[in-house]
Amino acid sequence: MCLGIPGLIVDWVDVEHHIAKAEVSGVRRNVNAALLVEGPDAVDVGDWVLIHVGFAMSKIDEDEARATSEFLAALGDPYEQELAELRKSRIE
Amino acid sequence: MKFVDEYRSGDVAAHVAEQIAALVEPRRRYKIMEVCGGHTHTIYKHGIEDLLPPEVELVHGPGCPVCVIPMGRQDDAIAIAERPGVIFTTFGDMLRVPASSGSLLDAKARGADVRMVYSPLDALRVARENPDREVVFFAIGFETTAPSTAVTLLRAREDRVRNFSVFANHVTIIPAIRAILGSPDLRLDGFIGPGHVSTVIGLKPYRWIARDHRKPVVVSGFEPLDILQSVYMILQQLAAGRSEVDNQYTRVVRPDGNPRALRAIAETMELRTTFEWRGLGFIAQSALKLRAEFADWDAEVRFDVPGIRVADPKACQCGEVLKGVIKPWECKVFGTACTPDRPIGTCMVSSEGACAAYYNFGRLTRRRNREPASV
Amino acid sequence: MGDTRTEDDVLAAIERRRRRPHFKLMDEHITLSHGAGGKASRALLEALIVRELGNPVLAPLGDHAQLPPAGDLPLALTTDASVVAPIFFPGGDIGELAVNGAVNDLAMGGARPLYLSTSLILEEGLAVADLRRVVQSMAAAARAAGVVIAAGDTKVVERGKADGLYITTTGVGVIEHGRRLGPAQIRPGDRVLLSGTVGDHGMAIMLARGGLELEAALESDTAPLHELAQLLLTASEHVRCMRDPTRGGVATVLNELALAAEVAIVLDELSVPVRPEVTGACELLGIDPLYVANEGKLIAIVAPEDEQAALAALQSHPLGTSAAVVGEVRAEPPGMVVLETAFGGTRVVDMLAGDPLPRIC
Repeated sequence: MCLGIPGLIVDWVDVEHHIAKAEVSGVRRNVNAALLVEGPDAVDVGDWVLIHVGFAMSKIDEDEARATSEFLAALGDPYEQELAELRKSRIE
Repeated sequence: MKFVDEYRSGDVAAHVAEQIAALVEPRRRYKIMEVCGGHTHTIYKHGIEDLLPPEVELVHGPGCPVCVIPMGRQDDAIAIAERPGVIFTTFGDMLRVPASSGSLLDAKARGADVRMVYSPLDALRVARENPDREVVFFAIGFETTAPSTAVTLLRAREDRVRNFSVFANHVTIIPAIRAILGSPDLRLDGFIGPGHVSTVIGLKPYRWIARDHRKPVVVSGFEPLDILQSVYMILQQLAAGRSEVDNQYTRVVRPDGNPRALRAIAETMELRTTFEWRGLGFIAQSALKLRAEFADWDAEVRFDVPGIRVADPKACQCGEVLKGVIKPWECKVFGTACTPDRPIGTCMVSSEGACAAYYNFGRLTRRRNREPASV
Repeated sequence: MGDTRTEDDVLAAIERRRRRPHFKLMDEHITLSHGAGGKASRALLEALIVRELGNPVLAPLGDHAQLPPAGDLPLALTTDASVVAPIFFPGGDIGELAVNGAVNDLAMGGARPLYLSTSLILEEGLAVADLRRVVQSMAAAARAAGVVIAAGDTKVVERGKADGLYITTTGVGVIEHGRRLGPAQIRPGDRVLLSGTVGDHGMAIMLARGGLELEAALESDTAPLHELAQLLLTASEHVRCMRDPTRGGVATVLNELALAAEVAIVLDELSVPVRPEVTGACELLGIDPLYVANEGKLIAIVAPEDEQAALAALQSHPLGTSAAVVGEVRAEPPGMVVLETAFGGTRVVDMLAGDPLPRIC
C-alpha cells in the first residue's frame, strides 16, 4: 500500500486535467500530476516523481538524492569504485 | 532503475551497519518502531535485521492500513459488493482479507462483481464505461492515499459522474502513534517515521513525539539503505541525548509536506469523531469520511450498510502484534491455524502485515538465530 | 430454351453431392450447431480444423489416430490445458500456448515429443476468424516443435461457459536417453540453472487483460523447449532434473523440488535474469517476478562439475541466450528455498499463497 515507485515524466497527455505519461524501467503509465502543479515542486517533462496508485506524489529532488548517496558513502570506507562497478553491471 | 539501485548496495550496507554497531552503548538495548507497512515489507524482504547488531530491535507498529480495518467494516464492504448492479472496485490488498463470511474474493466467486484496480482513477473510468452500473471504490490507506481519493472525487464532481461513489476507510497515522505511546505495554526508544505519509503531512505533525515523549523520530525512505541510515540517525540522537524530528528521505519529503494534497483532502473529507482500529479499539479523530458536500459520492449515504461491530476471532492476537507488544511468531496461532493460505487475521493477509512479512521473509533469520551452526 | 434437366438429373446431382460432400464454413460465429455432430460440425472440422492442421495422420478423421510403434523405448505421456484469457496476447495466443505446453511437459523429462491430440471447447459466439487464427497458430507451433497433431475433438458450450475457448492437449513422446531424471537425483552441491529471463509471460498477460493502464513492450515467451532440453542432456551426463516454471513461477517449482528432494535451494538474487520492463511492471504492481508464470523457460539442476558446460549449451541456443546459473543446492535447511538478496541478507521464498494472477496459462 505504501508502494511508491520513482518514475520519469516523459510527456503530457492531458494538460488541463494534469495527466502525464510516466515511465518506470520501460513501462509507461498515465499518472495524475494534479498534486504537483504549483510551487517549487511543480513538475514537467524530464522530472522524476514518486508514483503511488496512479498519482505523482512528490518530485524527487536529484540534489537531495545525491546528497543522501554521498552521506551513505561517507559512513564508512570509500566505495566509489564498487558502486561504479555495480552500476555498470545493472541493465538500465 | 534510477533512484533505486543506489540505495540497495550491499557493500555500503555493510559499512553503515558497522557504524551503527559503533554507536551502540554496551549493555543497552534499543527498541525502534516503524509505523509503515512499506517499511515492514522492506525490512523483511532485504533481511535488514540480519545486518543490525543484536542490541537493536525493530518493532512493527500499526502501519498497515489493510490490517487495521476491523471485520465489521469488511462485512460492510462485502454487503455493498453483493448489491445487484454494483461494480465494487478495490486495491488488490483487500481482496483476500477475511471477513465474517469469507473475503471479497469469496464474494466474487459467489457472483459479486468485484474488480481489482491500481488507482482510484481507474475506478472512475470503470464508472464512465458502465453508466448503467453503480461503481463503488473501496478507499483505504493512510494520508498517503487519501489525496488520490480526494482528487478523484473532485474529478468525479467536475465531470458529473453520478454512478460513482467512495466507501471511505482512510485512517490517519498520528492518533495511532498516540495510542501506542499511551500504551503501558511498550517501551520504545525511537520511531522510524512513515516515508510516504510524510510527503503529504510533512514533519511538523511528529514534533510532539520528540518534544513531549523525548523520542527521536527519523522519517525514512523505503530502500534498505534508507532504513539503515535512519536507524543510524536515531542512534546518533540517542547517543547525544537529543530527541528531534529528522528527515532521512529528503529526496522526496519536504518539511511542509504537500500543501496541494492537504487542501484536496480538506476540500473533500473530514475527520470522523471516532473510528475502530482492529486491535487498538476506538480512536478519536483517527479516520476520514466524505464531507456533506460530497454526499452524492459517498457510498455510506448511497447504500445501507449493516454497520455491525464484529469482534475479532478469539484466537486472533492481531491487536497485540499491531501494537508491537508481541512478535508475529509469539502469536499462539501463528503458522498453525493462521497462515498466508488460511489467514485468521489481517496481519497475515496483507503483504505488508507484520505476520505475513515475517512468515514470508523473516522465518529463516529466526531459525538461523536459534541454530547458528546449521546454515 | 429453358431447363433441359430432368427430374432424374436433379436427384442424381443431389446424390453425388451427398456422397462427396464439399463442406463450406460460411458462418461468422460459432453456434451450438457446430457442436451437435451434424453438418455444421462436419463443416467446422473439414473447412477449418483439418484445413489448417492438415496432416496424413489426422486426415482419415477416424475415432482415433493410428501411430507407428516406438520399438522398445519407453513412452512419455502428458496432458495440459490452456484456459488463458485473453486468447490473443502479445507474443502468442492460446493455440501456441497449448501446443508448447504439452511439448514442454514432455521435453522436461527429456522425451522427444512426437504426437499431440487436442480437445477444443468452444464458446457459442466465438468468431470463426478467431478460431481459424488459433488453429493456424497451433499448426505453426506444431511444425516448429516437430510434432504432429494426430487427433482431436471439438465441442461447443453455451455463451458464457468457456470464455472464448479452452484447449486441452495431450502429448506423447519417446524417451531415448535412458537416464533417471527427477528430484530424487538432486543432491547438495548441485547448481541451479535458468534458461532465460523470468516473468515475461505472466506480466504480458496481466497487461493484455487491460484495466491496469500500463504500456510496456512485454511479450509472452511461449516457446518449445525440446531442443534446449536435448542440448543440455548432450552437454552433461549429470543433469538431475529439468522443470518449466509455469504457474506460480520459479519460486513454486523450486519449492516443489526442494520439498521432494528434501534439500535447500539457495538463489542468488543478483543472478536471476529479469527484463527491465518486467521489473518495472512488477514494481508498479507490487508483484515478485519469482512468482510470475513463464512459458518458454526451463530450470535445470546439474552436477557442479558440469555447470559451465550446461550453461554454454543453453547459451548456444536462441532461446537460451540469457541463461544463467542462479543458485545452488545445499543440505540445510531441507525443504526450503532461500534467496540471498543483493543486499547481503537472506529471506525465505515460500510457495505461492493464493493466486495473484489467475488464468494466465
